[in-house]
Amino acid sequence: MSGKPKLYYFNGRGKMESIRWLLAAAGVEFEEEFLETREQYEKLLQDGSLLFQQVPMVEIDGMRMVQTRAILSYIAAKYNLYGKDLKERALIDMYVGGTDDLMGFILMFPFLSAEDKEKQRAFIVQKATSRYFPAYEKVLKDRDFLVGNSFSWADVHLLEAILMVEEKKSDVLSGFPQLQAFKARISSIPTIKKFLEPGSQRKPVPDDKYVETVRRVLRMYYDVKAN
Amino acid sequence: MSGKPKLHYFNGRGRMEPIRWLLAAAGVEFEESYLEKKDDLTKLRKDGSLLFQQVPMVEIDGMKMVQTRAIANYIATKYNLYGKDLKERALIDMYVEGIFDLNELFIYYDIQPADKKEQHFANMMDKATNRYFPAFEKVLKDHGQDFLVGNQLSRADVHLLDTILTAEEFKPDILAKFPLLQSFKARISNIPTIKKYLQPGSQRKPPIRPEDIPKLRAIFH
Repeated sequence: MSGKPKLYYFNGRGKMESIRWLLAAAGVEFEEEFLETREQYEKLLQDGSLLFQQVPMVEIDGMRMVQTRAILSYIAAKYNLYGKDLKERALIDMYVGGTDDLMGFILMFPFLSAEDKEKQRAFIVQKATSRYFPAYEKVLKDRDFLVGNSFSWADVHLLEAILMVEEKKSDVLSGFPQLQAFKARISSIPTIKKFLEPGSQRKPVPDDKYVETVRRVLRMYYDVKAN
Repeated sequence: MSGKPKLHYFNGRGRMEPIRWLLAAAGVEFEESYLEKKDDLTKLRKDGSLLFQQVPMVEIDGMKMVQTRAIANYIATKYNLYGKDLKERALIDMYVEGIFDLNELFIYYDIQPADKKEQHFANMMDKATNRYFPAFEKVLKDHGQDFLVGNQLSRADVHLLDTILTAEEFKPDILAKFPLLQSFKARISNIPTIKKYLQPGSQRKPPIRPEDIPKLRAIFH
């Protein structure tokens, strides 16, 4: 037993990626067990390890935590990335809620048909540039971090979202100078810089192999629709 | 200015209902401003009141809060419904996120097209009876206590009661195989603030009627 958190998920981004980002940002080493077969998943089910029969699941501090937001909130609080008081928490929760919604549009992307992918790409860019990025651009005027005077979960989550949207349209930040500066600033924080380098536990853009693995392990064969 | 929280939403359950339940359970009086037509939403957006141009929005303690979870987290913490330490919070968060996932299925049932309703209904009933309710029945069985977490009332109990009652509206005997959830339901319903909320004349909203749907589409689309 190493004492490090242990992540149970597929070898790919999905819902676990935000957790990898936050642990990395906090400088916390973690282990991963990748689900590759149906048998592994069924074993976790039989073990009673999955409260709602779902992954992500993270073994941390003697708990088998499930539910992405619950895990993220715990990590953020434990490693002082959740603000200094209730009001800062409230702001962090609001901002994280927005980036979570935005990244949610991208989560299903690999599972879409080729035609739906194009529609969804346009939808993601439209929501990012008309709803989410303008809100954060405004918050960041004259500030280095989204909340308070120091780096928080909200900043990590926003950087993750920005990079994901840029993978769908590389010049998407072109109307947003504050966000461009924010991206550069947060990317150069040492723990984050390390996570962004090759060889880290950051996962690449999901591919067909990832989709096939998820579908097979979860027996999730229904069609996924675009927004 | 009354100092009371003010809720901005349409006159119905939707994503605001968990927030109404929490405030009611905490014994906090609140006001409501209802969106009746598209202009009402447009006005709030133009005011700059909606961070992501969406409702729910709650005016509370000098803030205009949006994002259901953020609002619920704030209220739960402020009124001591979020456990006594980080580990209790973790359990509460896990349970609440599961409840919210089930509640999403209930929320989306009403707006399903006619040809999808039956399959959606079957899926949500399956999830309630084979995934979520068994998990909570086991939690209660394993510790034998009256409340889900930490031997005292928390938001987890409030949200679970809300979802149980909604599930029963769809299928009255849905708790048939869950004796501990049945006694949980009776027990939590009897807490004075919650009992009051469950009585006619409270701010609890009824289920949506099919005839309300066109008005909602007009506001939000």
